Amino acid sequence: MPKTPTTNPGTNRTGLQASPMDAKDLEQIAGKGPSPDCEGLELNTLRGRYAKEMNTIGSVPPPGSMKGMATTGMEMLKGHKPTVFIDKLGERLAFERTGVRMYEALLIKHDALGSWDGGPTRQDLVELHNDELEHFNLVKETMKRLGADPTSMTPSADMTAVEAMGPAKVITDLRTTMPQALHAILVLEDTDVEGWKLLIELADSIGQNSLAERFREAEQVEERHQQKVRQWLSSAVLADAQNELGTQGRA
Amino acid sequence: MSKLDDDAFTRVRIILMHGLGQGLNRFLHMAARFNGDIREPLARVRRSSHHMQTMTNWLLPPDDSPIETTIGYEQVAIEVTASVAQHEPDDYLAQNYRFGLLEDFDHLYRYSALLDRLEGKDPNNILQSYTDIAPGRPTWFEHRDPADDLRTPYDRNTAHPLSKLHALTIYTAEYQTRDFYMTVGPMYTDPVARAMYAEIASMEEQHVTQYESMVDPNETWLEKWLLHHGMMVYNYYSCMQYEENPRIKAIWERCLDYQLGQLQVAMKHFKDIERRDPEEILPKDIPEPINFTAHRDFIRKVLEEEVELTAYGHEFMHKDKAPPNNRSDQYRDYMNKDGSPTEIMAEGYQWRPGTEVTAEQPLRKAL
Repeated sequence: MPKTPTTNPGTNRTGLQASPMDAKDLEQIAGKGPSPDCEGLELNTLRGRYAKEMNTIGSVPPPGSMKGMATTGMEMLKGHKPTVFIDKLGERLAFERTGVRMYEALLIKHDALGSWDGGPTRQDLVELHNDELEHFNLVKETMKRLGADPTSMTPSADMTAVEAMGPAKVITDLRTTMPQALHAILVLEDTDVEGWKLLIELADSIGQNSLAERFREAEQVEERHQQKVRQWLSSAVLADAQNELGTQGRA
Repeated sequence: MSKLDDDAFTRVRIILMHGLGQGLNRFLHMAARFNGDIREPLARVRRSSHHMQTMTNWLLPPDDSPIETTIGYEQVAIEVTASVAQHEPDDYLAQNYRFGLLEDFDHLYRYSALLDRLEGKDPNNILQSYTDIAPGRPTWFEHRDPADDLRTPYDRNTAHPLSKLHALTIYTAEYQTRDFYMTVGPMYTDPVARAMYAEIASMEEQHVTQYESMVDPNETWLEKWLLHHGMMVYNYYSCMQYEENPRIKAIWERCLDYQLGQLQVAMKHFKDIERRDPEEILPKDIPEPINFTAHRDFIRKVLEEEVELTAYGHEFMHKDKAPPNNRSDQYRDYMNKDGSPTEIMAEGYQWRPGTEVTAEQPLRKAL
């Protein structure tokens, strides 16, 4: 069924202008004068107290049991706190794995709805999917070599999964248009690039230069993803503004 | 609790006690609608138990996604039911628990496929290797005519008190599972996930029907009131016995104390109104606690021996022994006529460490 772009005017009822009579009554009780000073609110004092009192979300598992500590990989990290590296490797592992699932979801949307001039082709999306898979495998193998457990969920992996929940909801919502989903995946690609940059910096700082080099390759690939997604997204929005997007991509 | 550092059975206990608290609250409200003379004590007990339930449920970690919490719910349904099935003194009731267990076992497998395929996460991060992730009695096959979900109730006069506590425990836990799925199902954006929750919620409604029907409907309101608090005492006591997190263990202990107080209120009214001795109803000693450990061997055995069973009327039988084209066959065909979301979600799914992405091959560029 062809879909009209969601940017076409419709029956949106959310704003005050949609209810001119009721809105007038409602505005009688609206606040007057400046809003409260946020910093002075009890709300923030209370949150500050919780921040001091609450436990952290959890810890990094000990590297592959005590046996893992003795592996050649772990020897490589001697003199440093290995769990910091493991935590961040766990983060990239989880993120790339979710990335694989996100591009699979985008492929479904693409195949169902099509694309537009300047939008992603199927081949483009397959390529990005395969890159995420390759990066996942790179991190998995690195963790194994270090004697870390790639099946564990590290604290940074957990946090990054919470961060990804919003974009993932938009991408897997089959009511959303391809440009809406691309906006969501751009959030993930931006985060991914930053994640790799930090991991490279960390690897360099603990003398893992050859690993840093491999991660740099991955980071450059992710930067290309970022640029591509940004271009696809802007081509859709600009075409829509010229009334040229049509029903493709469900703008 | 910490999602990463606490034991999976701490989550199991939290989810269980929230469910039982929900069941107690539901019962106390219903009782108030039919018993005007005890409205006030019921309201007082209810308010306090409401706050206990809040303290319990708010222990869940907010970094769990709803599917991860769901995995926890199914672990409760599997491991707690397995413990109950092994301790149940009545053979027929034990059979009921084993029957339901294999269905929840399958739900865990289906939801695991969902977690892997939608969020790219490993369900074993939640289950912590205690519980197998494999097909059970297939969810699509679990649809039954309502009459085939009803069971012969225990007899209030002759049943072992532990049988009564067991039935209330599993009935109220399953009720909360149904309610949780009915609440979170529409929050998903993926339409297959939404449909899956709808399908499994329908099975949980069947389970609630089954377990509810095991309870003697001739028990008086006051008998039921006593039993609800007896059940809460038994379960908080069980939680306290197994809890390793000292902060949460102290919470179970505190709730046990409160529940003992509430039990006293119920006992007083039972004596005043029914002029009977609560000892007629409650166990004389606290029974052996719910065993909050993995029941892998037991579950594998039940799976091997009983996965092909179905229910016809109040009885269980091999599915080939049920009359052909019976009411449940017809109902199942109708419910599945457009396919089963859980079958679609889990097609070809096999759990593997670190998700099935670990064995995924690159996609071909051309179709």
